[in-house]
Amino acid sequence: MSLNLKGIQIKVHDMSLRDGMHPKRHQITIEQMKSIAQGLDQAGCPLIEVTHGDGLGGASVNYGFPAATDEEYLRAVIPLMKQAKVSALLLPGIGTVDHLKMAADCGVTTIRVATHCTEADVSEQHIALGRKMGLDTVGFLMMAHMIEPQQLIEQALLMESYGANCIYLTDSAGYMLPDDVTARIALARERLKPETEIGFHGHHNLSMGVANSIAAVAAGARRIDCACGGMGAGAGNTPMEVFVAVCNRMGIETGVDVFKISDVAEDLVTPIMDFPVRIDRNSLTLGYAGVYSSFLLFARRAEAKYGIPARELLLELGRQKMVGGQEDMIEDLALTLARERGLLKANAA
Amino acid sequence: MKKIKCAIIGPGNIGTDLLYKLKRSQVLEPVWMVGVDPTSEGLARAREHGLKTTDKGVDGMLEHVKADGVQIAFDATSAYVHKENSDKLNKLGVMMIDLTPAAIGPYCVPPINLKEHAGKREMNVNMVTCGGQATIPMVYAVSRVQKVRYAEIIATVASKSVGPGTRKNIDEFTRTTSGAVAKIGGADEGKAIIVINPAEPPMIMRDTIHCLTVDAPKQKEIEESVRDMVAEVQKYVPGYRLVNGPVFDGNRVTSFMQVEGLGDFLPKYAGNLDIMTASATRTAEMFAEEILAGRLTLEAA
Repeated sequence: MSLNLKGIQIKVHDMSLRDGMHPKRHQITIEQMKSIAQGLDQAGCPLIEVTHGDGLGGASVNYGFPAATDEEYLRAVIPLMKQAKVSALLLPGIGTVDHLKMAADCGVTTIRVATHCTEADVSEQHIALGRKMGLDTVGFLMMAHMIEPQQLIEQALLMESYGANCIYLTDSAGYMLPDDVTARIALARERLKPETEIGFHGHHNLSMGVANSIAAVAAGARRIDCACGGMGAGAGNTPMEVFVAVCNRMGIETGVDVFKISDVAEDLVTPIMDFPVRIDRNSLTLGYAGVYSSFLLFARRAEAKYGIPARELLLELGRQKMVGGQEDMIEDLALTLARERGLLKANAA
Repeated sequence: MKKIKCAIIGPGNIGTDLLYKLKRSQVLEPVWMVGVDPTSEGLARAREHGLKTTDKGVDGMLEHVKADGVQIAFDATSAYVHKENSDKLNKLGVMMIDLTPAAIGPYCVPPINLKEHAGKREMNVNMVTCGGQATIPMVYAVSRVQKVRYAEIIATVASKSVGPGTRKNIDEFTRTTSGAVAKIGGADEGKAIIVINPAEPPMIMRDTIHCLTVDAPKQKEIEESVRDMVAEVQKYVPGYRLVNGPVFDGNRVTSFMQVEGLGDFLPKYAGNLDIMTASATRTAEMFAEEILAGRLTLEAA
């Protein structure tokens, strides 16, 4: 391609300590958080997300109880930052404005309010409050592949009208191909106010994280979510060190040092992984069938417990159009299929 | 048989569904529908069903309350106006069943504490939330067997069944439900999660209830208790179904429910709305039975 993106300045936003909580079953320790965040800070990463994988208030049976509370993580990390700012994610329906206030009190500068791509109107109270408190307030539309660009932008406009100064189009399933990203980001750029920033959050399930993020920048996105070491749900997020290297080659300015960030990935992030976060048959299925990336570990556990292959569960969840947050339906589906196949003991049915 | 006369405040989807349910009741008779918009379809529909209507809010009905013998009112408006509505009607001796999230009266989940409220002659009871009505009975089904230290519910509802009021203040759902999961469900701590799913055709409401017990779960007793409770709820919500579970995993006890509505006025997938109107009707019937039997006399408060 003959893209000329030279000189464009973008902000990369690290996900390894939030989306990366998914493959860690939310068990990253305070000490690990601190050391990775300091590494990111020193490498020049301007913004780092620190929350339970499912956002503030995500601590639950349904999504997993974390090693420490959101507040403990935030209070441990924020004072150590020399230049980096810290953000928190909030999913209305899971977390509330009380969590938002707590995070602001801990010193986050950015609040990201996430909804399923068709349900932006549940974010009004949280976005309005974030803006009123003077926070950098982001509206985050998840599973953005599920609806057409036109429909998606209507939802983005709602979030903008509530006060969001930045709108993310989020490929939660790692399903999009670069043309899908271009169509959505370009239309957002055309329809949203010029001063509203646009962001893209990718997953690497089809290995498209970097290509999609570059397509997003070319179409007008100026914030890109990446995870150092690629540590995120599914096959992970766009690996930051790779994305930064590509940006350097293309002349896109991130302010992040490619060698330092690759050292953080190699020395700090990769060693804490419980398993290689990579494309295997199950994470590939997420991207191929358009399924929420955080379902991966739940499907694997259901396979181990009930004997239904994770891939089959993921395909069926995709067919039923399950959205982010419906982790409970994975065990439910596995039970139903196992019973149909006579794999359940009578008393467990 | 004599019936107790009722008023419905709020002629929207909930109020209209309630109207259909009340018309079937052996002990309740809907006589008034109260709205604020003269062009409201709900008011027109209520008139077709023979109800008196007003578009002047509760004030438009007050002078007729005595003459028309209204004893029970359902508020299906919003939390913001509920207290005023309730005060005005309680003064005239009308008891109030609150379907808004205002919750100025005690929570009522019929199979758990309805008898108690009727016994105490409460003049205002609150129906918690749809997620609360669908899940709290299942928390209680475990907590009446053994101590539950933590209960968590996940309510997943069809996008089309979630109205603008809930959307504007979704935190109210989360907070009210988690509070009632603990208080009425009988858990030390409660958590509530709501997920909205836009799939077409719309999905039927699903609810997952996780309980963490203090000691190892008494499986046989819990299974029995859960089945009894499902049967109890099915008396007023026939589409309340245990899809899977209870599953036992260490100290976790999980039940997976589906709530299909009756499809009176609301579509069947909106079990979340149906369980509210059905619970409210069930609650009013219990009070009505007490009044009719001469055990309860409502007094101006």
